[in-house]
Amino acid sequence: MTAYVMRRLAYMIPVFLLISLFVFMMVRLVPGDPATIMLGQRATPENVAALRQKLHLDAPLWVQYGTFVGNMLRGDLGDSLRQQRPVMDILGERLPATLFLVAYAGILSVLLSAPLATVAALRRGTWVDQVVRLYVLLALAMPAYWIGMMLLQFFAVKSHIFPVAGYGEGFFGHLESLFLPALSMALAVSSILIRSLRNSIIETMGADYVRTARAKGLGGRSVFTWHVLRNSAMATATILAVNLAFMVGGTVIIESIFAIPGIGSLIVKAIFDRDYPIIQGVTLAVGIMVLFINLATDLSYAVLDPRIKY
Amino acid sequence: MAAEATLAVGSAPLSAAAVSQSSDRKRTLQRVLNPLLIAGGIVILLLTLFVVIYPLVSPYNPRDPDFLQPTFAPSSWAHPLGTDNFGRDTLTRLAYGGRTDILIGLAATSVTLVVGTVLGLMAGYYGGWFDNILMRLVDFFLTMPYLVLVIAIVAILGTGVWNIVYAIWIVGWVAYARIVRAETLVASRLEYVEAARVVGMGEFRIMLRHILPNVISAAIVFAMADIVLNVLVTSSLSFLGLGEQPPNPEWGLMVAEARDFFLRDWRLMTYPGIAVLILGAGFGLLGDGLAQALRPKS
Repeated sequence: MTAYVMRRLAYMIPVFLLISLFVFMMVRLVPGDPATIMLGQRATPENVAALRQKLHLDAPLWVQYGTFVGNMLRGDLGDSLRQQRPVMDILGERLPATLFLVAYAGILSVLLSAPLATVAALRRGTWVDQVVRLYVLLALAMPAYWIGMMLLQFFAVKSHIFPVAGYGEGFFGHLESLFLPALSMALAVSSILIRSLRNSIIETMGADYVRTARAKGLGGRSVFTWHVLRNSAMATATILAVNLAFMVGGTVIIESIFAIPGIGSLIVKAIFDRDYPIIQGVTLAVGIMVLFINLATDLSYAVLDPRIKY
Repeated sequence: MAAEATLAVGSAPLSAAAVSQSSDRKRTLQRVLNPLLIAGGIVILLLTLFVVIYPLVSPYNPRDPDFLQPTFAPSSWAHPLGTDNFGRDTLTRLAYGGRTDILIGLAATSVTLVVGTVLGLMAGYYGGWFDNILMRLVDFFLTMPYLVLVIAIVAILGTGVWNIVYAIWIVGWVAYARIVRAETLVASRLEYVEAARVVGMGEFRIMLRHILPNVISAAIVFAMADIVLNVLVTSSLSFLGLGEQPPNPEWGLMVAEARDFFLRDWRLMTYPGIAVLILGAGFGLLGDGLAQALRPKS
């Protein structure tokens, strides 16, 4: 297992280098001098000269990139132009809200899709199945910004059931404050999950080992839980993982709507402020988050499927 | 199959063979013109007709405030969906906004479809270093969330709908390249491709005439979902203020603008969302229908 984790980590290196290269190039692709851009209003000749020296801007591009990666590995992502303090500190403050939101949305999407997929598969071809199908079709096409705004207006602004904005205090405060945003993100993903889970439940129910389990006299519920659902969950877990990455992207919109202090609302504000070090920092943080989500998925197979040995 | 049937039972049941052939054709036709495809096609056709024709017949201007019209007017013959805070006709704005969204969706998706397919075809056919480099690029682009990549590129290029299209061009080809590459790997091992090679056909011709027709359907089916994704990305960015700018109408922007007036008139926010929903559902049905129609009969 350890060897596998190490191998998996090594595999992440080239992708990580590409992410860092993309982030590095971002500032260099904006017309103008990178040091002046990164310093913004603080770009006095002395400051520019100092930053040029620090980033080795007079050296060839590959040396600059080396410096960039070196600084990054030491946790130095530069200073925010607007807030005039290290990007790393700001990311540290903002990441927990985003991680909580994504995990919450992931859990909600599973809670939504498992029962719906199960009834659709068990009542295949009936009106129940058709209703679930309609839900799948509409939930996928529903713009997150729209459903987010509608939920916000109906359940927070108009009827005060949920807080209008923010992140809340403590674990249960987060649960309450982030319910509507997490739900807005979970809807589209639940649609994808239901589709996959429904089909794999139907497929698994026809498998030989399910028939064997029935033949040896296991009750319907226990066959379903231990033989059908567990095997169907495998395929769906992969899809959930891919979509957790999708949800990380969705936080950009949802956090802006619900004024959640995460990295999604941070990057949008940074674009308006032309705060490039922040834009770079968030892009990098998102990339690293997704890399680790993918790693966690691969490892979770070992838990879900005892056939996989590392 | 019809020929085999004739051979097997001799010459007498020729008519039976003809019948089986015609029922075979009927089944193929049923599969190709399936209800999903027809329903999706009708939805998209109606929506397209609406955004093309309605602006031509509507007497209202979608951008300028109209002080002669009532604000927040309820539905009436003059304003089927009412008016907004500037007295502008909502249905007219929806139609103009739909032009932008659909045009952007098509402009973004058609280029990524073609570029991704060509690159995937070459990677799958030639393999080697080209394939290796391309696939590392694909890994990177697929690791980053699509929306974050597009936003990061828009941060470089500046705001505006066409910059969103360029950003989608830069990142959107990846999914097609991966799909087409995988299909090409399978297709290039097929016997008739080997045969074409033995006969001495040029590689370009083999790729274009023998492999492409086998791999393109997966890419086209994906494109239906991708158009929706790209419209969602465009309208999301406009919603955030990074795309289309007021006073131009665009569905995402219209939702954002309705924010301040929700308690006064919730319909202003509801309609543009429903428009996106109809577009998404239409292309969703079309994609499912195409998947059924293009699937080789089993």
